[in-house]
Amino acid sequence: MAQVSFEGVTKRFGDTVAVDALTLTIPDGELLVLLGSSGCGKTTALRLVAGFEEATEGRISIGARVVNDIDPKDRDVAMVCQSYALYPHLSVARNIEFPLRQRGMAKDQRAVKVKEAAATLGLDSLLERKPAQLSGGQRQRVALARAIVREPQVFLMDEPLSNLDAALRIQTRADIVALQDRLGTTTLYVTHDQVEAMTMGDRIAVMSHGVLQQVAAPEDLYARPANTFVAGFLGSPGMNLLPGHVTQDTGDGLADGPADGAGGGGRVEVSAGSLPLPPGLHRAAHATTGGVVLGLRPEALRIDASGPLRAIVTIVELLGAETHVICQSPDGSQMIVRQTAQAARPSPHEQVRIAVDPDPASLHLFDATTTERLGAG
Amino acid sequence: MTITTDARRAGRPAHAAGLRARHRREAGLAYLLLVPALAVFGVFTFYPFFRNFKLMLYETPPVPGLPAHYVGLHQIGPVLSSTQFTQSLLTTLVFVVLVVPTSLVLGLALAVAAHRKLKGMAVYRMIFSSTVVSSVAVASVVFGTLLNPVVGLLPWLGINPTPPALESTTWALPAVAVITIWQFLGLSFIIMSAGLQSVPDELLEAAQIDGAGTWTRFWRVTVPLLSPTIFFAVIVSTIYAFQSFGAVDILIGYQNAAQVHANVLIYEIVNTLQVQNNPGAAAIMATVLFLITLGLTVLQMRFLERRVHYGG
Repeated sequence: MAQVSFEGVTKRFGDTVAVDALTLTIPDGELLVLLGSSGCGKTTALRLVAGFEEATEGRISIGARVVNDIDPKDRDVAMVCQSYALYPHLSVARNIEFPLRQRGMAKDQRAVKVKEAAATLGLDSLLERKPAQLSGGQRQRVALARAIVREPQVFLMDEPLSNLDAALRIQTRADIVALQDRLGTTTLYVTHDQVEAMTMGDRIAVMSHGVLQQVAAPEDLYARPANTFVAGFLGSPGMNLLPGHVTQDTGDGLADGPADGAGGGGRVEVSAGSLPLPPGLHRAAHATTGGVVLGLRPEALRIDASGPLRAIVTIVELLGAETHVICQSPDGSQMIVRQTAQAARPSPHEQVRIAVDPDPASLHLFDATTTERLGAG
Repeated sequence: MTITTDARRAGRPAHAAGLRARHRREAGLAYLLLVPALAVFGVFTFYPFFRNFKLMLYETPPVPGLPAHYVGLHQIGPVLSSTQFTQSLLTTLVFVVLVVPTSLVLGLALAVAAHRKLKGMAVYRMIFSSTVVSSVAVASVVFGTLLNPVVGLLPWLGINPTPPALESTTWALPAVAVITIWQFLGLSFIIMSAGLQSVPDELLEAAQIDGAGTWTRFWRVTVPLLSPTIFFAVIVSTIYAFQSFGAVDILIGYQNAAQVHANVLIYEIVNTLQVQNNPGAAAIMATVLFLITLGLTVLQMRFLERRVHYGG
């Protein structure tokens, strides 16, 4: 087991920058999720650690070793990919045994190891089958068994759950977390699925266009997104982002927003209305020269006749346990209110007023120019 | 309820009759559409094939102009035990052994070399596959020139075998085999390249990360996954080798072919028919060639199929 670190790693394919000056350290034993939409560079980052791609610039280390010039087979990492990459002509046992054979392990030792790995993943009864005779979930477990059998320093997982059906994905997600927890092997897990990222990662590194946007524990990432990209990307639906500007509080009594600490502060004005700002946020916003972007999580909003924001309902989506009321602000920006299925549902085209959770942490403010988060919160 | 059941009973035969009529119409249309293809196959494949069996039963007198007479199966034994036949059969087997493994191994080697994602590889691919479009006559003339004892490549290299390669009992057949290998190389390369495309990169990467070196990846992953392609290429090239005779005809000729042990079976058949005017004997040899090809194909399918991985 070992720490993995990227130090200013860049990977270019011709003129395309797939990974841009990535600096990131994954401590020993951590499960770090690389999250981003397709083409964001997360898989390239993983392949750089595996050694399938060569870094254009920067250093990649596994433990104390810089591995830039080390062959994939000598990096002591194991990989599980989306297609499982099982050898179709070999039985399950031979598949699991393959990496041990390559390392010249004695036959009886191999048999013991294969048996252990198979038992860990519940594959005991399937050892003589060929991959074609297995279900998707079973193949996935064989791929995991092949990865764990040689006790590598690092696990690399590239969207390993993508080919599983929804129910199996939830089960396997939990299995992988439990397995990683038990083995304590440093793991890099690539996914575009934020639910996977939130539920599995000790920390999540969000990437976009090859650039690392933020790396933090799931709850921190959700509560304090570093920029508008992370704010909009995380959450289902993502954070509402409303362009606006900050003004000095005139004391007109419209203090029904997150107003506790609003006295003497400023206000943020968006086309849907205006909200008082907590003093800390106001100070931070005051320093910016351009406009701001107000971020409001859909669950921090509720339809309320006395709310300070106004919008027109466009669509109402009933999802069983909850309802998404999709509204449009006067300037055309979209605002989604996430409410319980029991709450009264407005009709499309209805003008509504929206209230904001009074907790000051519900308000997120970003610099409109840099898109960076304003305020320490 | 009763009414419905009765109506169904009454309707069933009428419905079945309607279906039968429709099937008949569809079958009629199918046969009609098959007529052009059947006509071509009939004239150029099926008729000659069955006519061949008839020819086997007739003996043509050595004197031209006399009619062939029915001898039944009596001439089969003498033809099959003649030196002419046994010699050419042995020559053909040696020829197949020379051509098939070499052309497949070379084709695979070139395909593996050209499979890498390097700049300008498309040019090499084109060059490697180009022999598939060269005719046997052109290939023979080019190689004949290279082997020419006066102006060829060998004297230029300081090698002047006596007798010249194409007149030597040792080297004539290998020389012709080289031409055939060269000609088949393009197709072998194309078949192997297509097979390599179907080996997923993730599998090779998985093997690489599992600790397998280049050779191990090739033998333990690529070759097993390529086995259906290799299997197919073995069958195609064996049949191709059994049916090759163009280079022998152009470079050696019938008079010398037997002397230099290069009279491959199909060339012997052609000359038995055309030069010796003996359709009966030619038909017997042609049937043997057919049975050998058929037997080999069945054998290859039986034995190789067990060792072939078809994925899935």
